[in-house]
Amino acid sequence: MTTTSVSRPAPFPFSAIVGQDEMKLALLIAAVDQSVGGVLVFGDRGTGKSTAVRALAALLPPMRAVAGCPYGCEPDRPAGLCEACRGAGKLKSVQVPVPVVDLPLGATEDRVVGALDLERALAHGVKAFEPGLLARAHRGFLYIDEVNLLEDHLVDLLLDVAASGENVVEREGLSVRHPARFVLVGSGNPEEGELRPQLLDRFGLSLEVRTPGDLKVRVEVVRRRDAYDRDPEAFSARFKAEESKVRRRIVAARERLPSVVVSDAALERAADLCMRLGTDGLRGELTLMRAARALAALDGDAAVSDEHLKRVAPSALRHRLRRDPLDDTGSTTRVERALAEMFAA
Amino acid sequence: MNGPGDAGSRVWADAVLAATLCAIDPAGLGGVALRARAGPVRDRWVETLRAHLPEDAPVRTIPLHIADGRLLGGLDLAATLQAGRPVAERGVLSEVHGGIALLAMAERVSEATAARISSALDRGELHVERDGLALHIPARFGVIAFDEGAEPDERPPSSLIDRLAFHIDLERVSMRDLADAAAVTADLVAARAGLPNVRASDAVFEALTATAMALGIASLRAVHFALRAACVSAALAGRTIVAEEDAVIAGRLVFAARATQLPAPPAGPADEQEAPTPSQADEQDGAEQRDPLDRPLDDLVLEAAKAALPAALLAQLAAGQGQSSQGGSGGRAGALKQSRLRGRPAGTRRGEPRGGARLNVVETLRNAAPWQPLRRREQGRSEAAARIDVRPEDFRVTRFKQRAQTTTIFVVDASGSSALHRLAEAKGAVELLLAQSYVRRDQVALIAFRGERAELLLPPTRSLVRAKRSLAGLPGGGGTPLAAGLDAAAALVDGVRRKGETPSVILLTDGRANIARDGKPGRPQAEADAQSAARRFRVAGVAAIVLDTSPRPQPQAEQLAREMGARYLPLPHADANALSVAVRAVVPRRS
Repeated sequence: MTTTSVSRPAPFPFSAIVGQDEMKLALLIAAVDQSVGGVLVFGDRGTGKSTAVRALAALLPPMRAVAGCPYGCEPDRPAGLCEACRGAGKLKSVQVPVPVVDLPLGATEDRVVGALDLERALAHGVKAFEPGLLARAHRGFLYIDEVNLLEDHLVDLLLDVAASGENVVEREGLSVRHPARFVLVGSGNPEEGELRPQLLDRFGLSLEVRTPGDLKVRVEVVRRRDAYDRDPEAFSARFKAEESKVRRRIVAARERLPSVVVSDAALERAADLCMRLGTDGLRGELTLMRAARALAALDGDAAVSDEHLKRVAPSALRHRLRRDPLDDTGSTTRVERALAEMFAA
Repeated sequence: MNGPGDAGSRVWADAVLAATLCAIDPAGLGGVALRARAGPVRDRWVETLRAHLPEDAPVRTIPLHIADGRLLGGLDLAATLQAGRPVAERGVLSEVHGGIALLAMAERVSEATAARISSALDRGELHVERDGLALHIPARFGVIAFDEGAEPDERPPSSLIDRLAFHIDLERVSMRDLADAAAVTADLVAARAGLPNVRASDAVFEALTATAMALGIASLRAVHFALRAACVSAALAGRTIVAEEDAVIAGRLVFAARATQLPAPPAGPADEQEAPTPSQADEQDGAEQRDPLDRPLDDLVLEAAKAALPAALLAQLAAGQGQSSQGGSGGRAGALKQSRLRGRPAGTRRGEPRGGARLNVVETLRNAAPWQPLRRREQGRSEAAARIDVRPEDFRVTRFKQRAQTTTIFVVDASGSSALHRLAEAKGAVELLLAQSYVRRDQVALIAFRGERAELLLPPTRSLVRAKRSLAGLPGGGGTPLAAGLDAAAALVDGVRRKGETPSVILLTDGRANIARDGKPGRPQAEADAQSAARRFRVAGVAAIVLDTSPRPQPQAEQLAREMGARYLPLPHADANALSVAVRAVVPRRS
């Protein structure tokens, strides 16, 4: 594969993002428990949507992967190995950064799913598979900025892979299948078009971000951005301690996660809430529960409480409400209203 | 002082200043959205910009319908075949690194192209995943978006505009205004060198942020650009600290065109926020300790920005018709979608690049690749021969989904007679249908008629958010100018057809016309006019439905449907499902 790279400055630190707490929390939840599903960030222009996602990448603790495996297989999970690793016998593992892969607009299908390696085929007549972005994103995050502008045929492809956790390539005489489980992170501006409902449903958490309305906060946002633009390295260094604090929080939450207790009462609450809101399918309940559990782990709590449910419910449910043509209320308000009713009862 | 010529030369002077600032730091400022027809004034402006750019800075034009391969880069066919291995070709966006990209006819550029350019602007690099290539190429550049829109609504995609610091309108500038503009003689090389050292005080940060809020500018990018512009302006003057006049210039150049509201006249901008008591007190404390120039700076910047507001906008804002401050400004996703007509790539198939079919080079090479050793042997050539043997059976052409785009035009009777009964329900029905249209990726448009005339509330769009917003703001009451409504719909049908799209019409009315074509009341003439207007639809063969919104089905509406060649449906009482089933049967489904 022909690859070039430019040296890039340190990303804007996650902990230096002013406000936008819901967005930061959702990304942390996804980092603690990937099974929560993807995160969709919709909102105004210039609110730092993509900044936050790129900042998260720098924050994630490294993971163990099979050395030399193009898919970064997890050595301790035999069921999820790719074919090559399964047949390899004893596996050597190395520490690698968690992949956060950008799917740029204008990407072609061959780069997304992977295709015949043109260079080797032309030069040596060898039929070799060149893994695509989906392979690189395995066990990590796949980020799509302006997700609502993604071409339909790529959306179809993503839906298929996201549902099965496996990428099946049948093209140019190649027949390859490899694991591809990733957290889908999308961002966009609703003014530029809607998201297909099928894709919307793939995202575990969905949030709406707005430009902060408070003057002081706004000044601080502009000031930090300016400081970062002037000297990214120095600015990042200023937040180094904060960054490692967040990283430790993620690591601790991951360790705590399996032991967080989800009581029957909490399950009932979640089911009740979903029923009140008339969400489609079970995915809403499942996501709500998992997100609340991850939040409890982040907070260092031993069990999921009503408070956790309340905090994650808007993100977990607002994009799953059925559109009621006769009700113009925003979906966030509807979730909040249902929460208020439930806890009043 | 306020003669038209005078205003023109002031605008021109600002335009030249913007060109100068942009030439000093194109990447930092993003560029300029330039509203002007092609002509001598625009040419002069571009010349000015070019003259200020460093000599080696690249300037490239991005044509309207540029393909991704040229914009972003991809595989270089000739070089690849020559070399026998993949050779990357650079796209326009990487070629302009360090310079300026000129975007022609930006008001018609597709959202997709705009998003690709925006992404490069945001990151200062180009990320390409195409044709077997994965590239990260530095791409720091400025964009000059030529906006030749004729209508106020015809503007470049707002996502792109938001990323350009300056928005300049040269429509009213004539050649006469250009004469007395003094050439900038400052040392631009020194300005460029000095820029990294320019600092802004806290007062400047606060003044710019507060001004943006007072003018209802939601995006923080605007503040960022204003700050940057102030720094560049300071560097131009050889200063290392941003001075008052720099902030004033920044306010005028960056904020004026973005304003969505006028600040409350007597109160200072800081009072615009909901001002909780503690922060208010805080601010006052701070103000006393700070430089005495601090408070006036807000006002100075604000005044400068206000003075530069275009007159038309000013009137609109004063009348309280400003766009909503939360991101609604200039959003016109729908009308731009037409450039998608060339279809979306939907895989490839075997075939020859004839009759307009586009050869997909990469897929062709991929298909030829496995056969190379065999073909070489066949021809008795040596294994090492670099030439690639591509045969006709290897050709792959890109398949485009060439479905006709469907545009559903809602024509809603918002007159008193309808409103009394069921305008709310009609709105509900329209929303339901909108939701369906959007699931099908159709475009929707909304026309409402009441009083004496019909109004196109929403030009064809795919944004549900915008559609819902314009529907929610639909008032009811007044007479029923049914003929005017139908005429407006017919005009839109023509427009949609001209774009090669398939229109369908959904008319919601009780059919009781009482305003004639000429705007005069009178039931018989109004009904005759409506019938004749309706007949045009039958002649044109437009798929249409008439939804009768009267409490009990009326003969008038049914008669109207017959004349239109439309299907007639009494609006089922609060039965959304029945409605959607009925509509689905009429609105053409795409294949």
